[in-house]
Amino acid sequence: MFGIKADWSLDVFERYFTLGDYSGGEARWCPGCGDFAVLNTVHRVLRDAQLPPEKSVAVSGIGCSSRLPHYMGTYGLHGLHGRALPLANGVKAHRPDLDVWVATGDGDCFSIGAGPWIHSVRLNMDMVVLVFDNAIYGLTKKQTSPTSPTGMKTNTHPRGAPLPALNPLTITLGISNASFVAQVVDWNPPLLYQTIKAAHAHRGTSFVRILQRCPVFSNEFCKPLQEHPDKFVLLEHENGILLDEAVKRVFSDVERHDPRDWLGAMKFARDEQRIPLGLLYHDPDAVVYEDISARDLGKSDEEKIVAINKAMDAFAI
Amino acid sequence: MSNSKPAQVIDEHIVEIVSDSGEGAQKCGQTFGTIGAKMGNGIWTVEIIPAEIQPPARSPAGASGNRIRVGSRYMTNMGNEADLVVAFNEQVLFSRIANGAYKNGTIVLLESKWASDPQEEIRAAYTQAVKEFREHGLIVHELNFEVECLKLVDNARKGKNMFALGMLCRIYSRDVEKGHSEIHNAFAYKGDKVVKINQELFDAGYAFARDKVDYHYEIPPYTSDVKAKPMMVCNGNTAVGLGVMASGMDLVSMYPITPATSASHYIAEVFDKVGGFVHQAEDEIAAIGFAIGASYAGKTACTITSGPGMALKTELMGLAVMGEIPLVIIDVQRGGPSTGLPTKVEQGDLLSSLFGMPGDAPKIILAAATIAECFHLPITARKLAEAFRGPVILLTDANLATGVQPWERPVLQEEWLADPVDQSEWDKSVPAYDWDETTGLSPRPIPGQPGGMYVLTGLSHTNRSKVAYDSDTNQTTMEFRSRKLAALQSTLKPPTIHGDESGDLLVVGWGSTLGAIDEAVDTLRAGGQKVSSIHLRFLSPLEPGLKEIFARFKKVMTIEINYSDSVDAPLITEENRRRAQLANILRMQTLVDVDCWSKVYGHPLQPGELIEVLEQRLAALNS
Repeated sequence: MFGIKADWSLDVFERYFTLGDYSGGEARWCPGCGDFAVLNTVHRVLRDAQLPPEKSVAVSGIGCSSRLPHYMGTYGLHGLHGRALPLANGVKAHRPDLDVWVATGDGDCFSIGAGPWIHSVRLNMDMVVLVFDNAIYGLTKKQTSPTSPTGMKTNTHPRGAPLPALNPLTITLGISNASFVAQVVDWNPPLLYQTIKAAHAHRGTSFVRILQRCPVFSNEFCKPLQEHPDKFVLLEHENGILLDEAVKRVFSDVERHDPRDWLGAMKFARDEQRIPLGLLYHDPDAVVYEDISARDLGKSDEEKIVAINKAMDAFAI
Repeated sequence: MSNSKPAQVIDEHIVEIVSDSGEGAQKCGQTFGTIGAKMGNGIWTVEIIPAEIQPPARSPAGASGNRIRVGSRYMTNMGNEADLVVAFNEQVLFSRIANGAYKNGTIVLLESKWASDPQEEIRAAYTQAVKEFREHGLIVHELNFEVECLKLVDNARKGKNMFALGMLCRIYSRDVEKGHSEIHNAFAYKGDKVVKINQELFDAGYAFARDKVDYHYEIPPYTSDVKAKPMMVCNGNTAVGLGVMASGMDLVSMYPITPATSASHYIAEVFDKVGGFVHQAEDEIAAIGFAIGASYAGKTACTITSGPGMALKTELMGLAVMGEIPLVIIDVQRGGPSTGLPTKVEQGDLLSSLFGMPGDAPKIILAAATIAECFHLPITARKLAEAFRGPVILLTDANLATGVQPWERPVLQEEWLADPVDQSEWDKSVPAYDWDETTGLSPRPIPGQPGGMYVLTGLSHTNRSKVAYDSDTNQTTMEFRSRKLAALQSTLKPPTIHGDESGDLLVVGWGSTLGAIDEAVDTLRAGGQKVSSIHLRFLSPLEPGLKEIFARFKKVMTIEINYSDSVDAPLITEENRRRAQLANILRMQTLVDVDCWSKVYGHPLQPGELIEVLEQRLAALNS
């Protein structure tokens, strides 16, 4: 076809990957859970990138959303509560060739994993970090999470969550060397796709907070947002995320914001009246830690032995 | 005093140099040890370290320095009381006396400038201390080093250590050229000027001791041809660092913790040239998480820590056991529990390494007994971690970490290095955990291998790594993970017995106590006692044949540096007595009534102390 002999490109066509190649077992989240939409979007982004499934690794912590690796056809590492990011960083440390995805939740990332969250954003290793934020602990059945809005009734705070919710956007933006900070909702497929695609294309840690529906335990978190798209402000810029016209019809409050503008990003992140959607901040030039951690790899056995012998010479008697 | 007498030939001496922190006594001691090693003596050095970086000057708690046992035979431990001490002030000696470091007749060369200090309290304290030292039986010589040093430098705090080194080199007939060359090695990075002034201080100290000190010894080398076997001299943490590199592991993920950190410092200094990387994580948990991620996706990685770090890493160690991820965890033990004794030795992490996590988590545990083993066991650990697909804990301790001893320079082997990461196609019909029915062993797929895709999980899982909560899966997979230890044990040899194959008393030890135990056993055997010893390197699984060996002795006991109740302590009975850690394991595994003696003094064992203990036990056995 196109005048080129078919066998020239045979290899490529033999390994054309379909959505099925990126999916694993049947996802077992509750009906109406926002996680399905994110999972399908990840499959689509990978299929469109045509990455060999064996080159991707999906890493997660503990929680509903952390089941995601089990529903992928790639390699996966379903880790421990709060520890997805150190595990993912380790995967990348000496394997920059691997495509790394992290699935974590508001409890997993912002509470028990708060330390790794801060330090991993600073390490800025090339990976997509999807935080499924449903403002509640789901798997352990309805406990207050750091992002539960004040007054939300939970099993640990039956009379309502007592404190103002933690703002993950301002915190992430405040971390030195942060390079990609975006926010999106699970119920708008084109925006979700474009945001995750842009996150995947960025080299560095792409932090994507996904406001995610949990119809079972925190319906009151997303339901009003779904019903009132005017509560959002959609960020638009040629340096930002490509916006579908259909998305702009849903979220009609659109503002220009250059994602290189950190102060502007912080202003949107702090806005308590309008919730920002899209790419808040992007620094394509931030230091990427695997450039340091993998820099000296690739020495031959002979070179290694020469170097260790030289090191031992200092202690020779 | 003036000294032109010929040197007195001696078999060994224990020398200490003690000062306030920051006065360089440690550097002086280490250099003196290295010169001894290079002259063909056996040496063992122990650091005297305060827990604070800058403790108050002239305080017993601030004692900082080095103990060097140097002799005409191979030295394996720090020995008993010191023979000669150089001290920069009198107060630091009080803590050493409290530690039982000195005896009746220990020679003390003491800085005397305090006798004429402008502050009356200092003058009084000095006079009082010297009086007490003499009452205690110490032979105190008051010498004004300060005045001599000030002839060469403005600030004697910087330089007195090399002056002291010169004195010691004269007293022990050390080679002046070797002294100069070690000073060059130590200070070359600071430039020629610094090297020169330190060499001048050394010469001044040498001349001062020649003219003013009436002691002059010679310690002949223990082998006539030192060059026959190439040797190295370094501490255990450096040896661990070299071993990690020689094992082919190329990632060390750590968080700073005493007394483990210097191993990572050393690795970081040279790792770029060897082709590896030290990751300093934000905490102990992230450090092991990073190592597990790297191991999962490539070559076996390593994390180096100490007791409190081990406690924090527990949950992720469980993940490595459950997900069968090769991993090397090096625990340089210190005193515990909690923050405990950060700079002091203890063998307190054996039981927590073995059992300190929820559920059944079988893992391999090794313990290094010598500095050479600090080098060799990381290589063994890496191989075992891969062959047995799981974490391997290597226990060393603060005594090995800072102890310096010459050891045979290893000839590096290519086969010690890790294979390149396998990226060939994985046979899809082979599950991710293709457990062998007999051994529990299985090969592991590595990300990037086409066809090998699986999701590693800490949840109970099938051989294809699918989450499975059913009874049979959990039971059988636990069996497979446990069976790996039995498979490893079936390949091990019974321990070598030091001494006769049977007798009255068998002493069992592990870790850094080897030298002290063997020396005590040898002394007693020379006196006709029927005592032997074995020393375990494998703690999990245990080395085979122990029950049979134990049966050949009237009594078996462990000697350890960890806590146990004394038999004669209040309320202690046979039933409630809490025993030393290895003793517990041996009793549990062999059903032999294994006794123990252990202390948590925070310092290495002295052979003399062990001789007394063993003599009592032997006397009780034969009465």
